Amino acid sequence: MGRGGALFLPRLLEYNIMSEATAVTGLEPIEDLGGKAQPLLRVDGLTKHFPVRGGLFGARKTVRAVDDVSFNIGKGETVGIVGESGCGKSTTARLLMHLMDRDAGEIIFDGRQVGHEMTLRELRRGMQMVFQDSYASLNPRLTIEESIAFGPKVHGMADGAARALARELLGKVGLRPEIFANRYPHEISGGQRQRVNIARALALSPRLVILDEAVSALDKSVEAQVLNLLMDLKREFGLTYLFISHDLNVVHYISDRVLVMYLGEVVELGPVEQVWARPAHPYTRALLAAMPSSDPDRRTEVPPISGDPPNPIDPPAGCRFHTRCPFAEALCSNIAPGLTELDTMGHQAACHMAIPRSGHSRAPAA
Amino acid sequence: MSVSSNAMNDAALQAAPMANARGYWATVGRRIVRDKVSMVCVAILLLILLSALLAPYLHLADPYQGSMIRRLRHIGTPNYPLGTDELGRDMLARLIYGGRLSLLIGISPVILAFGLGTMLGLVAGYVGGWVNTAIMRTIDVFYAFPSVLLAIAISGALGAGIANSIVSLTIVFVPQITRVAESVTTGVRNRDFVEAARASGANAFTIMRAHMLGNVLGPIFVYATGLISVSMILAAGLSFLGLGTKPPEPEWGLMLNTLRTAIYVNPWVAALPGAMIFAVSICFNLLSDGLRSAMDIRS
Repeated sequence: MGRGGALFLPRLLEYNIMSEATAVTGLEPIEDLGGKAQPLLRVDGLTKHFPVRGGLFGARKTVRAVDDVSFNIGKGETVGIVGESGCGKSTTARLLMHLMDRDAGEIIFDGRQVGHEMTLRELRRGMQMVFQDSYASLNPRLTIEESIAFGPKVHGMADGAARALARELLGKVGLRPEIFANRYPHEISGGQRQRVNIARALALSPRLVILDEAVSALDKSVEAQVLNLLMDLKREFGLTYLFISHDLNVVHYISDRVLVMYLGEVVELGPVEQVWARPAHPYTRALLAAMPSSDPDRRTEVPPISGDPPNPIDPPAGCRFHTRCPFAEALCSNIAPGLTELDTMGHQAACHMAIPRSGHSRAPAA
Repeated sequence: MSVSSNAMNDAALQAAPMANARGYWATVGRRIVRDKVSMVCVAILLLILLSALLAPYLHLADPYQGSMIRRLRHIGTPNYPLGTDELGRDMLARLIYGGRLSLLIGISPVILAFGLGTMLGLVAGYVGGWVNTAIMRTIDVFYAFPSVLLAIAISGALGAGIANSIVSLTIVFVPQITRVAESVTTGVRNRDFVEAARASGANAFTIMRAHMLGNVLGPIFVYATGLISVSMILAAGLSFLGLGTKPPEPEWGLMLNTLRTAIYVNPWVAALPGAMIFAVSICFNLLSDGLRSAMDIRS
């Protein structure tokens, strides 16, 4: 299955001929403001705490699901988010989609903020999401065509046009419309369902697609197919992806930049090649070391981190990773390290060992 | 490659799993048609319903025309296949005509409560928060009374009459259906496809109409079908107490009351209206069970 440039070009031409013949027009993508230099999404200090009650008379506690998370996503970029279960990856996705109210922080889409320069409805057009559970995210009572056509209809498209668009998109995600359009979700396989979910997300002509563990539940072979499909669609529609996964191989394969999250905080971010080659945070190092490698020369010698992440209801003081960190010193349990620039490539890490003169014995001198 | 995608030539991907696509309701329909018990119940109910509707064309005796010399004839008397009642009126005609009122005041409260209760429960379950609290706590007030007592109390307050019994029975059933609707809705509301619909920018009303309704209607419908038998019995009870229909109107509950005095003289004839109520109730109950299992599809 070639994804090289040589194969890509004829395919694009073919698509143009096709779309002229069928004359299906989708929704117009929302306007590109600010040009290439402006990040498509700017997240600043995003925070979400869930209140939990400890019994009838227990004190009110909070789960710090997402704590002061900031990052940018450039236009046309694929940003990956990795981390253990419960580190706040999915909560971040839902906060970005405005499916959940945030406690603090700003989400700025192409220079505009919901409630100020743009409406929530406009944001929905610009940003779509693919969920992990391909079955639960499709209405079991609707046919696939109806599920895909629902979004465009909400945004004012006529029923016939929306259905035609749905069929067109089914073709785009590699499912023959004449076979699949009138099927119900339970009649098709998991990989096919996830393709339908991708088509449903694309039906609103979004510019940013959040993929929340979108390929995690699929078989390895199907996963590879869907990943390739995602890369093709990205090129064809000029999309930007936020790719959330716990699978480091997949994130490495698809992402340009990566964010490593631990207990609701970003501990390291940077270009994926930099982070993979020179992981600065011990947590990132442990994650990468835990990755099975088929190359005997790269076999891991480092013991994997043990235990479960601490309870996010009562996160450890200082650096949240110090309870599991082999290099933890007194400093780590007192002072929380901030994200620090490591080079000019945008590689940052939140670790005292990376902060010059932080007081940690392994901290760089300069 | 016919369409622009990298996977279009992947044969495995295009493999269609089943011969022809069938919707959920079509599948349920097929399953219920195959269920013998349900189909017998449907046949009996249709027979009773059609005979009640078409009563004027069935060449029956006049259900109001009594005769003092032909009172309480036994079942099988010539010209009176099901005997006569305490005023010498033809029982067969009265039972068939009685079906009109009995079915009306038995079924219509459930239909009305189904509509109202589904709406209330859907809104309470989907919107949640204080709206849910307001609706559900109000419903709980009604729920606190035993249904028979509540029906009698409301009917008594509104006064006797067919319309009033329908209103009182509707009020009795709305809370029960609302509760079921609310719990089903809460279960569906947290599924990812509702999130996806919200993410597409649809408003609450559109999501409830297009995504929630189709998924909650089934269980509520099953529950409501089961309520029809209760409603029939409550309606008969109201008439029996003189709060529903008034003599000489033929109605099963009322007939049961007026024939009660004849129970030592002609017990079989006196039991006939009760047998009709029993037959209709049990048929609706069995049909409800059949629907429940037909809807329980595991894919």
